[in-house]
Amino acid sequence: MAVATERQDPGPAAAGVRRGGAPPGPRRRGPGAHGRARLIGAAPYLLLLPALAVTAVLLGWPLIKNGLLSFQNLNMRQLIQHLTEWNGVDNYRETLTSEDFWRVTLRSVIFTAANVVLIMVLGTLVGLLLARLGSKMRLLLSVGLVLSWAMPPIAATTVFQWLFATRFGVVNWVLDALGWHSMAHYNWTGGQFSTFFVITLLIVWQSIPFVAINLYAATTTIPGELYEAAALDGAGTWKSFASVTFPFLKPFLLATTFLEVIWVFKAFTQVFAINEGGPERLTETLPVYAFVEGVGNQHYGMGAAISLLTIVVLLALTSYYLRIVLRQEEDEL
Amino acid sequence: MKRSPLARLWPNATAVVLFIGFAFPVYWMFTTALKPNSDIISEDPVWFPTGATLEHFQKAVNAENFWTLVGNSLTVTLSAVVLSLLIALLASFALARMRFKGRRGFLLTFMIAQMAPWEVLVIAIYMLVRDGDMLNSLLPLTLFYMVMVLPFTILTLRSYVAAIPKELEESAMVDGCTRPQAFIRVIFPLLAPGLMATSLFGFITAWNEFPLVLILNKDPEAQTLPLWLSRFQTAFGDDWGATMAAASLFAIPILLLFLFLQRKAVGGLTSGAVKG
Repeated sequence: MAVATERQDPGPAAAGVRRGGAPPGPRRRGPGAHGRARLIGAAPYLLLLPALAVTAVLLGWPLIKNGLLSFQNLNMRQLIQHLTEWNGVDNYRETLTSEDFWRVTLRSVIFTAANVVLIMVLGTLVGLLLARLGSKMRLLLSVGLVLSWAMPPIAATTVFQWLFATRFGVVNWVLDALGWHSMAHYNWTGGQFSTFFVITLLIVWQSIPFVAINLYAATTTIPGELYEAAALDGAGTWKSFASVTFPFLKPFLLATTFLEVIWVFKAFTQVFAINEGGPERLTETLPVYAFVEGVGNQHYGMGAAISLLTIVVLLALTSYYLRIVLRQEEDEL
Repeated sequence: MKRSPLARLWPNATAVVLFIGFAFPVYWMFTTALKPNSDIISEDPVWFPTGATLEHFQKAVNAENFWTLVGNSLTVTLSAVVLSLLIALLASFALARMRFKGRRGFLLTFMIAQMAPWEVLVIAIYMLVRDGDMLNSLLPLTLFYMVMVLPFTILTLRSYVAAIPKELEESAMVDGCTRPQAFIRVIFPLLAPGLMATSLFGFITAWNEFPLVLILNKDPEAQTLPLWLSRFQTAFGDDWGATMAAASLFAIPILLLFLFLQRKAVGGLTSGAVKG
């Protein structure tokens, strides 16, 4: 830990460059000034060093540690006595052959797919609506969107617990008033589907604004001439959307879908805070499952193996897009 | 274009309905926090409260350790943001202004680090922190929050630095500044809005963080506000007025920051996070 704090002092590098004297051209290397040239050549690396060092220590090390833990038999006893017991691939064998793991994986994938589809479709529609509104109504809707976007996830989760509370919850009252009387005292967190319904509503409610507002911002960059040209060619609303708006927004939509898949798949706060994965562990998604197995049931080695498998599943889900992005960035950077 | 009144009406009507849908939970949080208990525990919801009381806020503020936890949250969040800004300034300058071998590789590293699944690394982090005998301390939280916001800070600052014309810096150097001086005197002042926006986003991320503090700091006096809030309702036995007051207290700083940031949010996020 100490390494991280010590290394953030850039003193020597910066001072060294300053001592170099005359304004140094970044890529010019005067003959006979080898020492200085080398220093200037090293400057970007020295500037990057603190960032790389803390990332390596505080992100790289936990990743490696997680890998090591996943090959250990580490339960409460070993934890207390500080024992290191290697058990090969036992954790993986046990996890991959357990029905629970596959059930939770399938559940996570379905949960992610449902959320991402809702977020992208509704977010796009709201974004297109923003583009169509007059300035006053646009401001009104934007304020609403920013409010839900800004709500801290933990605060939002608490509020949704209250909205969906069995007694005195607004949602039950409204459903009852609309004539669905069996919902008057419905316990939303008592069943698997209804708990997921609340979690999904919460996540979608919080995620739409990001898509909608950024999509609206993207539509404002579409040159008006494109629409004029489309109109001249006799395109109606739908046709000009299909031939101008959509192709223009496609890269944005692809990138956002990718981000949403990552965010929803690893969502821990909302899923855990609403009901701690209950009832009967039926709403655990992979990150929550890893946490409950590892920390809750004190099978830390197993938890680490599940964590690593979670990362693998996430990579598999996003690999298609990750490849495109990496190739694209390679060209652009 | 000709549009019938109906065609003009439906977007506005939809906008109003959506506004209500998006704003209502926030509205309900604040009104519940301010309503007297008789209006909260009522068979029919009181949509527009007439009387307001600060009783629930008092209860939340007087909850055990509240001010300690406010201190913890502020300490951890602010230190994490300041540290990551310092580190990111150096790195973003190199990435935006200098050409060197491996530059793409470094950029990709930070882009990938930005997507790091911290939520599933908590077990490994718990073991590391426990081995270092630092459970229930604010230092590990600060350091990990710093790294969580670091990649975003670097990539966003990089685009802000790149947006400052290189000529400004060069002319300062022609006038006799060294490169570090040119940076401090010319670029740094122009970077202020960027620094502001970036650090506020870092602040929001660190302020809201939940999984790590959940596992690392169980001691009631070493927690931060998210953990406190997640347990509030259980601890206070379904006292929704006080719970909503607690949620409001936690959310107000972030809501204010966001409203203040809204315009930058769009530009900053699209240029920094999505596009890289």
